[in-house]
Amino acid sequence: MHPAYSVIVFTTFSGAGYGLLVCLALFGMTGGIEAERWLGITGFTLALTMITGGLLSSALHLGHPERAWRALSQWRSSWLSREGVLALATYLPALLLATNWIVFEEIEGAGYLFAMMTIVFSVLTVISTGMIYASLRTIRAWFNPHTVRVYLSFSLWTGALWFNLLAHLFGVHTPWVGVFMVVAGVLALFFKRKYWIFIDTHPVWVPPESALGLEGAGPVRQIAPPNTQENYVQKEMGYRIARKHMYSLRRTAFFGYFLIPWGVALLTIESEPVLRYAGAFVAVFAGMVGALVERWLFFAEAKHTANLYYGAESS
Amino acid sequence: MTMLPPENAGKKLGLVIDLDTCVGCHACAVNCKEWNTGGHSAPLPDDNPFGADASGVWFNRVHTYECGEDGNSRTVHFPRSCLHCENAACVAVCPTGASYKREEDGIVLVNEDICIGCKLCSWACPYGAREYDYDAGVMKKCTLCIDRIYNENLDEEDRVPACVSTCPANARHFGDLGDPNSDVSRLVAERGGVAPMEELGYKPVNRYLPPRPRRAGDDGGPQALQPVSPPDGSAADGLFRWIDRILSR
Amino acid sequence: MYEDFFDPKENVELSPDVADEIRDTTCYMCACRCGIRVHLKDGAIRYIQGNRKHPVNKGVLCAKGSAGIMNHYSPARLAKPLKRVGERGKGEFEEIEWDEALDMASGWLRDIRATDPKKLAFFTGRDQSQALTGWWAGQFGTPNYAAHGGFCSVNMAAAGLYTIGGSFWEFGEPDWELSRYFLMFGVAEDHDSNPIKTGLATLKETGAKFVSVNPVRTGYSAIADEWIGIRPGTDGKFILALVHELLRADRIDLDYLVRYTNLPWLVIQQPGADDDGMFARGEDGEPLCWDGPTGQAADARLAGVSPALIGERTLPDGRTAVTAFELMARRYLDASCSPDAAARETGIPAATIRRIAAELADAAFEQEVVIDQPWTDWAGRQHEKMIGRPVAMHAMRGISAHSNGFQTCRALHLLQVLLGSIDCPGGFRYKPPFPKVAPPPLKPAGRPGDVRPDTPMAGPPLGFPTGPEDLLVDEDGKALRIDKAFSWENPLSVHGLMHMVITNAHNRDPYPIDVLFLYMANMSWNSSMNTGGVIDMLTATDEATGEYRIPKIIYSDAYFSEMTAYADLILPDTTYLERWDCISMLDRPISSADGAADAIRQPVLPPDRDVRPFQDVLIDLGARIGLPGLTKEDGNPRYPGGYADYMVNHERAPGIGMLAGWRGKDGTGHGAGAANPDQLARYVENGSFWKQELAPEQRYFKHANRDYLEYAASAGFIGAPEQIVLQLYSEPLQRFRLAARGHGRMQPPDAERQRIETYFDPLPFWYPPFEGDAIDTSQYPLHAVTQRPMAMYHSWGSQNAWLRQIHGTNPVYMNRTEATRLNLEEGDWIWIVSHHGRVKAPLVLMDGVNVHTVWTWNGIGKRAGAWNLDPASPEAKTGFLLNHVISELLPPREDGYRYSNSDPVTGQAAWYDLRIRIEKCAEDELPETSPQFDTLPPPPGLPERPGILRYGLMYARRSRSGRDAP
Ligand SMILES: Nc1nc2c(c(=O)[nH]1)N[C@H]1C(S)=C(S)[C@@H](COP(=O)(O)OP(=O)(O)OC[C@H]3O[C@@H](n4cnc5c(=O)[nH]c(N)nc54)[C@H](O)[C@@H]3O)O[C@H]1N2
Ligand SMILES: Nc1nc2c(c(=O)[nH]1)N[C@H]1C(S)=C(S)[C@@H](COP(=O)(O)OP(=O)(O)OC[C@H]3O[C@@H](n4cnc5c(=O)[nH]c(N)nc54)[C@H](O)[C@@H]3O)O[C@H]1N2
Ligand code: SF4
Ligand code: SF4
Ligand code: SF4
Ligand code: SF4
Ligand code: SF4
Ligand SMILES: [Mo]
Repeated sequence: MHPAYSVIVFTTFSGAGYGLLVCLALFGMTGGIEAERWLGITGFTLALTMITGGLLSSALHLGHPERAWRALSQWRSSWLSREGVLALATYLPALLLATNWIVFEEIEGAGYLFAMMTIVFSVLTVISTGMIYASLRTIRAWFNPHTVRVYLSFSLWTGALWFNLLAHLFGVHTPWVGVFMVVAGVLALFFKRKYWIFIDTHPVWVPPESALGLEGAGPVRQIAPPNTQENYVQKEMGYRIARKHMYSLRRTAFFGYFLIPWGVALLTIESEPVLRYAGAFVAVFAGMVGALVERWLFFAEAKHTANLYYGAESS
Repeated sequence: MTMLPPENAGKKLGLVIDLDTCVGCHACAVNCKEWNTGGHSAPLPDDNPFGADASGVWFNRVHTYECGEDGNSRTVHFPRSCLHCENAACVAVCPTGASYKREEDGIVLVNEDICIGCKLCSWACPYGAREYDYDAGVMKKCTLCIDRIYNENLDEEDRVPACVSTCPANARHFGDLGDPNSDVSRLVAERGGVAPMEELGYKPVNRYLPPRPRRAGDDGGPQALQPVSPPDGSAADGLFRWIDRILSR
Repeated sequence: MYEDFFDPKENVELSPDVADEIRDTTCYMCACRCGIRVHLKDGAIRYIQGNRKHPVNKGVLCAKGSAGIMNHYSPARLAKPLKRVGERGKGEFEEIEWDEALDMASGWLRDIRATDPKKLAFFTGRDQSQALTGWWAGQFGTPNYAAHGGFCSVNMAAAGLYTIGGSFWEFGEPDWELSRYFLMFGVAEDHDSNPIKTGLATLKETGAKFVSVNPVRTGYSAIADEWIGIRPGTDGKFILALVHELLRADRIDLDYLVRYTNLPWLVIQQPGADDDGMFARGEDGEPLCWDGPTGQAADARLAGVSPALIGERTLPDGRTAVTAFELMARRYLDASCSPDAAARETGIPAATIRRIAAELADAAFEQEVVIDQPWTDWAGRQHEKMIGRPVAMHAMRGISAHSNGFQTCRALHLLQVLLGSIDCPGGFRYKPPFPKVAPPPLKPAGRPGDVRPDTPMAGPPLGFPTGPEDLLVDEDGKALRIDKAFSWENPLSVHGLMHMVITNAHNRDPYPIDVLFLYMANMSWNSSMNTGGVIDMLTATDEATGEYRIPKIIYSDAYFSEMTAYADLILPDTTYLERWDCISMLDRPISSADGAADAIRQPVLPPDRDVRPFQDVLIDLGARIGLPGLTKEDGNPRYPGGYADYMVNHERAPGIGMLAGWRGKDGTGHGAGAANPDQLARYVENGSFWKQELAPEQRYFKHANRDYLEYAASAGFIGAPEQIVLQLYSEPLQRFRLAARGHGRMQPPDAERQRIETYFDPLPFWYPPFEGDAIDTSQYPLHAVTQRPMAMYHSWGSQNAWLRQIHGTNPVYMNRTEATRLNLEEGDWIWIVSHHGRVKAPLVLMDGVNVHTVWTWNGIGKRAGAWNLDPASPEAKTGFLLNHVISELLPPREDGYRYSNSDPVTGQAAWYDLRIRIEKCAEDELPETSPQFDTLPPPPGLPERPGILRYGLMYARRSRSGRDAP
């Protein structure tokens, strides 16, 4: 699949945004961290900005952004529509939670409810983002249980990295933050590895023979395409990435997305403030870069069945 | 709305394409373009039409393949357009309701007035049958010539899809595949019509009639003629045969 | 609101009205000439539909026809007459008014006509107006006229006309409904584009077997029940092996041969005599046969005779003779014609050849079709039924475009006739006005006496020589025509040799010309061999005078083709939807086997540019230079109404005009009759075509069917209602042979004797194509051929916004096994190297192509800039033209002379004789075709290329789009 930058940016940042929301809500309601005002202000602003920015950037790649509101209508059948609805719905508890946090500097009573709802809606939103891809039978690399897990863990992990940074900045860091980050990181890596193993080893999804409905007639080879210059389908779905290139990018993603942030964050967790900030910052930066690469690969590695008609040997 | 109509919904209009007679002439593709660029989804624009990378919107494209191993391989032409699937995920994924499957005849259409151009439907189509109109920012696709098949301004015989009426090799047939007694359904039954990528479960309505087996001496026909004269090739013997054949003019 | 949000409904307009007006006319996107219904809406073309009532296409349209809109509105359309200002070939022009253009042209032409008319060479390409252009040339008085037939398929036409009095395509068609076995040779698309496809579909329905003999398995061959991947140039060998098998098993239709062919005729056996090998004839010149019962010679044409087929006979004058049948049988029974011998040349297993022969015989004799339809033969004898041998054959340029094509086509007709499958139910069927006498009794004019200042020629420039005395050569045997047609080099070049005109004019051989007048032929590109050389010749100047060696070039094109750059004066034509035109019985009509038919084109839209229909222009020019046929006694134009006027009022012979429908003052006459002022209106009412169905008893055995022959004679198709005897043994060929042996007044120059002796064999035979014979084939082991893409028409499809998306570039296709042997891979860039030159192309591999053959699509490669395409277009960058490596001349013979790369009998261009080798490009070579030529600048008046095309936007439902039409 052609990696559309708007979508990559959208999923990466909104993912991190929801992850951060979850962290804030979770630690806030459990008292896992002190509900300090400035942490609240910056934390929620940051999270909601990343989410909103993501949503806007995804609206950018629409042919008719001015009609985007219509995308909220088909939640009964469309994951994309569901994502839209949930994304908007999440603002409500998130804002209430934020107000609560900033005003009272502690989460109790209704605050718990808001926090719970924030967590639930964020998670559901991320799940439906994942489901948009996981529900497409046309793309084996997406149509599998790993996709949603990757989206969730990914969002939690990048969120955690940001949370870790903020916690340091506002001097309210606790071991729990570290522990949470470690766990999220391990999960993220674990699921992504399982995902890669899956797409590298899954058997041929649809063979060209079946694309022509000609099983039994022997192997099929294209000898003339229907058009000599690339058409929409070829441009949109026909993206191919060289194996070699792919592995090097996977490595980049692995280091950037996981090893560097994980390592740096942990090593610096107990060191001098400056180092801590620096470490946490580098972790966030590396993590986000790695995440973008990982997300780019998510598209580049995905083979669409339509390519079978244009000479692809497998899908 | 993008909830699919109940599958048993009676009428299933679609195409039956005969891969045994398709000569790959592209007439259906071009005639489709010609009709539809002024039809329901008008226009079907062409980017950079006289330039280095011309690329236009087409609802029907004709591919050419070879299948089989050297010895008994064959050339197959494969026209590809929307198959108006019963289980059309392209419709289900549409967030706006722009993509829909008509309850009355199963035709899958795009309502361009509300399409936001998110392209998700084209991702959901295994057959690459949807084409995006960058110029108008909306998705377009085969309409099964909905503006022909019911068109009272056309003669009765013309109320079929453009690609069907123009196919010089009569390789394209249009009808109700929901009705087991329709001509198209019978054709499918007789010739063992197939649906591509059945395993994906989209339940295409269109069917392809597979190429018939070739007949190169393996069909029980004669293998060689019996010479009437000693086969030593000597002309005289051969001629002798006609010496006393006197036929009246 | 709520509804619209959650459950939006589209109100689909199910019955939009599609046309304010529908105009019926004839397609011109190729020469198939289908009937079309042009739907006009808001003053533009909404849709072009096939006319269901039309005899040719019965409602269907091919890809090209369906893309007519895009040709009509092409940005490559010329807009105004153009005069060359810069150097020839640089493409620098200035717009001029029509009057200036016509004055200029008529000025040049008037001078020539007043002094030496043959200094005008008038050649036309893929046009359909030869009934007008040929006549015009005759009126002008120049013998130097021909259409594209010489480089197209004259082998097919000539072999057919000399053998069976008809041929394939316009001349005849398979009996699709009744045939049980269909054998197709060397066809990718053909002129009969739609009918063939429809016919193949019919075969599929009836379950008849379809065998395609073709080195390449695409298109029609792809759906054949059996594909025979023959080696190019060897079909004759294959066909004669089939004949061998049929003769050995005596599976031939003797009754048919005796009744309808000249095989029972006696051939004089008198080596050395001046009539050796000629038919023995009686006092009145009647051919003789040996009547078995009476045991003596008799008029072979008599109905009653029972001719012996075999045996040496002594003629009344004491000389000996044998039947043509015996000569035929002896030759083809010989082991040299055995399947095993053929297998070596053709690469087709002997067993397969034997099987095909058996299948043919089985279909012909075991599956005989009988129609319960009484008919009367030429002799007035009643036959209860029409009995047919349901074996049909069709062939085209795969056989035609070789230097052995004429004899191969003859062999093919021999095979058909032996099976008794000519114009019988289930066989090959003539389309009226065919059959004609074989060959038609029409001789080419152009002898010195015929060509005189300010005088029309005695006869037509093209005809059918039946002996040396009909040739157009002077005392010492030198050619009299600029293309050397009807000379000893190619005596039966009945369509001329358009592919030699530029070369000869440049070399002033046989003489210099003054004006080269071309119409509708892209001679500086895809229709010439040695394209690069031709470009140089078109621009070459005389060292002495500095004059162009071809002094003046007038060209009529409708579009910015590669050729326009080489014209001194361009006469811009309209598109096919902007003019009156006719497809006449006098040219190549649209008849079907069941009836004669002709058609017209009517203007559907007025031109939006300052262009004029070429036919009008030609008539105007004729009037300006005072051609008798085009001026009244008082000197005024005879046809002020232009071509429409001419179509209606011109009479070739009393009662015979361009159009056969609705003749006579009251418009009730058909075929012959006085001119009818309302004729065109009648055509328009009838969908712009006319067809006269034959009566059931006239539909088969037309060559010997009294009712048909009488009708044909009355309609002027043939001279007299006499049987047309199929000429399997060709006496005209023998006449040339005798001349070569030193008999007669007219004899070939010594250098030509051997060639004539060899190739003018009165019985078909096979010989290896010339090019392969003249070069070291170990250096050029492969054959290279082209194919017509079904969705492109020669060069002009590329200006079509839709068609060029389908064929924007062309790779060279090669057999996968062979490629692996040469370790070549798909996508490699390779050089195609011939003895003449080399061209660079990208490689694609396939199984369905003969191992010794590579192929590509014809005419896709374009010169940068031409056709108003972006110079960076794939057509110019990766698309390539095979013509660059095809030489118009054969390698020199011993004395250094170079014959044209043509068939020795007809002069047919031997495109497919090409031999090549493949060399992989070096790593550092550009993935871009070569040779490249400088980019052609667009001539004045051409529009900007649109960046996006929104054709049809004006028809979009307003609710859905505020944008206005482009
Ligand atoms: N390598 C190779 N070369 C071949 C062949 C092959 O098989 N292989 N085939 C040969 C054969 S059979 C043929 S017939 C020739 C065909 O070659 P051409 O006779 O050159 O045919 P076109 O390329 O169609 O070019 C005809 C010209 O007519 C112009 N034209 C189109 N419509 C009109 C019109 O309405 N009016 C006027 N005035 N002009 C118009 C076009 O713009 C074009 O410039 O090519 C020959 N060349
Ligand atoms: N769409 C379209 N239709 C056209 C045209 C066009 O340009 N486009 N051009 C028109 C014109 S001008 C003409 S003349 C006709 C030509 O009509 P065709 O004769 O069908 O044209 P070609 O493409 O020359 O086809 C030649 C075929 O013969 C095969 N062949 C080559 N050498 C041999 C051989 O030695 N033996 C055998 N058995 N086969 C061989 C080639 O593989 C090819 O399939 O088409 C007309 N119709
Ligand atoms: S028009 Fe008919 S024959 Fe031609 S490509 Fe389409 S389906 Fe095949
Ligand atoms: S073919 Fe593709 S577009 Fe058409 S209905 Fe099926 S899934 Fe949808
Ligand atoms: S592109 Fe249009 S039709 Fe397709 S899913 Fe998006 S909104 Fe629906
Ligand atoms: S049915 Fe109509 S829209 Fe669909 S492919 Fe055929 S012509 Fe095109
Ligand atoms: S075959 Fe196609 S291009 Fe040729 S006349 Fe018929 S419709 Fe037109
Ligand atoms: Mo031709």
